[in-house]
Amino acid sequence: MENLYLTIALSPLIGAIIAGFFGSMLGRSATHWITIIGVAISTVLSLYVFNHHVLEGADAFNQNIYTWMQIGNLNISVGFLIDNLTAVMLVVVSFVSLMVHIYTIGYMHDDDGYTKFFSYISLFTFSMFMLVMSNNFMQLFFGWEAVGLVSYLLIGFWHHKESAVEANLKAFLVNRVGDFGFLLGIALVLMYFGSMDYAEVFSNLGNATGVTILDDYSVITVICILLFVGAMGKSAQVPLHVWLPGSMEGPTPISALIHAATMVTAGIFMVSRMSPMFELSDVALTVVMVIGAITALFMGLLGIVQNDIKRVVAYSTLSQLGYMTVALGVSAYSVAIFHLMTHAFFKALLFLAAGSVIVAMHHEQDIRKMGGIKDKMPITYWTSLVGTLALIGFPGFAGFYSKDMIIEAVHFSSLPFADWVYVAVILGVFITAFYSLRMFFIVFHGESRVDHHTAQHLHESALSITFPLIALAIPSAIIGYLTIDPMLFSGWLSDAITIDSAKHTSMSTLSESFHGAAGMIPHAFVTWPFWMMVGGIAAAYFFALKRTDLAEKVKEKCHRSYYVLDSLYGFDRFNEIVFVNGIKKLGNFLWKVSDMAIIDKLVVNGSARLVGLIGRIVRPVQTGYVYHYAFFMIFSLLIILTWVLFAGDKPLLSI
Amino acid sequence: MVALSDYLILSSIIFCIGLVGIFVNRTNIITLLMCVELILAAVNTNFIAFSHFLGNDAGQIFVFFILTVAAAEVAIGLAILTLLFRNRGSIDVDVTSTLKG
Repeated sequence: MENLYLTIALSPLIGAIIAGFFGSMLGRSATHWITIIGVAISTVLSLYVFNHHVLEGADAFNQNIYTWMQIGNLNISVGFLIDNLTAVMLVVVSFVSLMVHIYTIGYMHDDDGYTKFFSYISLFTFSMFMLVMSNNFMQLFFGWEAVGLVSYLLIGFWHHKESAVEANLKAFLVNRVGDFGFLLGIALVLMYFGSMDYAEVFSNLGNATGVTILDDYSVITVICILLFVGAMGKSAQVPLHVWLPGSMEGPTPISALIHAATMVTAGIFMVSRMSPMFELSDVALTVVMVIGAITALFMGLLGIVQNDIKRVVAYSTLSQLGYMTVALGVSAYSVAIFHLMTHAFFKALLFLAAGSVIVAMHHEQDIRKMGGIKDKMPITYWTSLVGTLALIGFPGFAGFYSKDMIIEAVHFSSLPFADWVYVAVILGVFITAFYSLRMFFIVFHGESRVDHHTAQHLHESALSITFPLIALAIPSAIIGYLTIDPMLFSGWLSDAITIDSAKHTSMSTLSESFHGAAGMIPHAFVTWPFWMMVGGIAAAYFFALKRTDLAEKVKEKCHRSYYVLDSLYGFDRFNEIVFVNGIKKLGNFLWKVSDMAIIDKLVVNGSARLVGLIGRIVRPVQTGYVYHYAFFMIFSLLIILTWVLFAGDKPLLSI
Repeated sequence: MVALSDYLILSSIIFCIGLVGIFVNRTNIITLLMCVELILAAVNTNFIAFSHFLGNDAGQIFVFFILTVAAAEVAIGLAILTLLFRNRGSIDVDVTSTLKG
C-alpha cells in the first residue's frame, strides 16, 4: 500500500515538474494532458483508498517512509497516516482538483501562462496531498506552507495587474500571521511531548493535562488556541479573513480549487485531526465556536452588498467556513468534515459556474452588467441552480444535510455562548439564501443589462467548462443524502476523530434524534432554518426581480449600515492604519534614528571624526625637520638611559 | 701608554660633535651626512678600543661591517641628494620639510 500512497502524492508533483520545466517545449495540449493524467491517477487511486479504508474497513495505515532529519532524539520523518478522515479528504481534493484541471483547459485558453498555470495547480494538488496524508506536525507544516506558497503564486498569476500583486502580498502576509501562531503551537507540542508524531503526541496527552504555562494557562489550551490561530489564517476566520476576498484577483479556476474547496479547508481538517487535543480544552473549543459564528454571520452579511460575482461567492465561502468552524467548536468534527465535503463540491461548482459566466461575458465580473442570461447559457444556469440550492440548504440537496446538522449540533451544545451562536447560525441561513439568490436572480433572470456587443456573442461555454460543472453538480445534489448516515452516525470517521462524549454531548444527542436522511426532508418544514431560507429566497426575489428600485432606496435609507458593510467593517482600514502605517512608522524610526543617527552618524562617522580630532591635536609635533626628529630621538634615548641607569628595577648605578 | 679612558673620551667628543652638528646645522644636508659619519666613527673608535683592551677580536670585525654599511649609506644618501637637488633646486635642511603634519 505504501507505494500506492506515494503514487497518489507524487503523480501530481511529477506532472507539475514536467509542466513547469518543459511546458513551453511540450506545447499546450501535451502539458495539460500530462498534468490531467497525473491528477487522474491520484483520483482513481484515492477512490481505491477510499474503498479500501472506508468501505471495506481496513485498518489505518501509519508509517514513516523516509527520515527527513534526525536531531538528537528527535526524529522528523516523512510519513503517511491514512485513515478514514484522510481518505475522505483525498477523494474530495483529488476530485475537485481533477475537475478544475479540466475546466482550466477552457478557461485559460487564451492565456500566455497556460503551461505555468497547469504546473502550479498540479503542484498545489501535491502540496495538499502531503498536508492531508501527513502523520506528523512537521510534514503538516510543510504542506501547510507549500499550499500557501502556491496560493501566493496563483493569486498573483496575472502579475501585470497591480491589484493582483497587492492581493497576493496581502494573502501571504496575513497567512504569515496565522502561521506564526501555528508554528508556536507546533513548538509547544514539541516542547511538552518531545515528538512530532501525531500518534505519539496523542497517546501522551495525559501527561500534559493539568500542566500550566506562564503562571496559570493550561498548556493544552494554549497549544490548541495557537494551532487554531494557524487555522484562522488558512481557513480565513475573522480577523484573519481579509486575504480571501482579495484572492479573487486570481484566475477563477484557482478560486474554486484553492480558495473555496481545498486549501481553505486545511484549517478545518487540521482541527479535526487534532480532535483528541481540542477535546481536552473547553476554553479552546469555545474560542473556536465563537470565532466561527462571528465569521459565519458577519461575513455573510457582506455578501449582500457585493456586486462582483466572484466576491459574492468569496464571502459566501467565508461564511460557510465559519459554519464548519462552529461545528468544530461544538465537538461535531465529523459534521465539520461532512460540511467541508459537501461545500467543496457545491462551492467549486458555484465558482466554476461564475467563471463560465465571466468567460461568456468577456471577463466582466460586475453582476449589474449581467442579467437574463438564463436562456443563453442553459447548462451554466441549471448547474448554478443546483449549486445555489445546495449552498442555501434547500431540503434534499447536499448543503441541506450538512448545514442542518451543524445547526442542530450547536443547538445541543452545552458550551457557554452556544445559545448566541445558535441564533447566529440560524440568521446566517437567511443571509446565505438572500445573497446567493440575489446574485442568482440578478445574473440569470430579469431584464438583460448586458451591453449590445457582448450580448451578440453570448453563448454557452465549451465542453471543457461545462463538463466539470455537470460532474460537480451531481455530488452537490446527492452526496449529502448518500453519506450523512455513514459519515456522521455509522462510524466512517469514528476511528479518526476523538470525542469526549461525556463532556460534549452534541454528537450523541444528534445521533439519537437522527432518523435517516429521507426523514429529514419532511421534518425540515417545521424547523427554523427552513423558514429562514424561504424568507431569504423571498426577500431576494423581491429585491432582485420584483422591485429592483427598492434596493437603492433601502441603501439610501440605511446609508450608515450600508457604509459599514460596504467598508467591510473597516478591517482593511484598521489593518492599514494600525499595521501598515504602524510598521511604516516603525521602519521610518529605525531608518532615521537607529540607522542614520546612531549607526551612521554616531558610530561610523563619529569614530572617523574622533580619529581626525586626535590627529589635529598631535599633528604639530610633526614639523618635517629632520633635526627635530633627531633631537627627539636622542633626547628620549637620554631619558630612557637615565631611567635604566638610575631608577628601574635594578639600577646599574646608584646616586 | 694611552689608556682606555682616553679613547673613550676622544670618541665621546667626536660623538658629541656629530650630534651637535645634526642639531644646529640648518644649511646643508651634506653636513648632516658628514655628522652621521662622525657619530659612526665615534662608535667605531669605541669598538676598536674595547676590542684591543679586552683582547676580543670580534669588535674589530664589527668595525669592518660598520664601515661597509656606512659607505653604502653614503652612496645612497648622496644619490638621493642629487635627485633632491634636481627636483627641488635646493638641499637646504630648512626647505625640506614636506613631512610636516
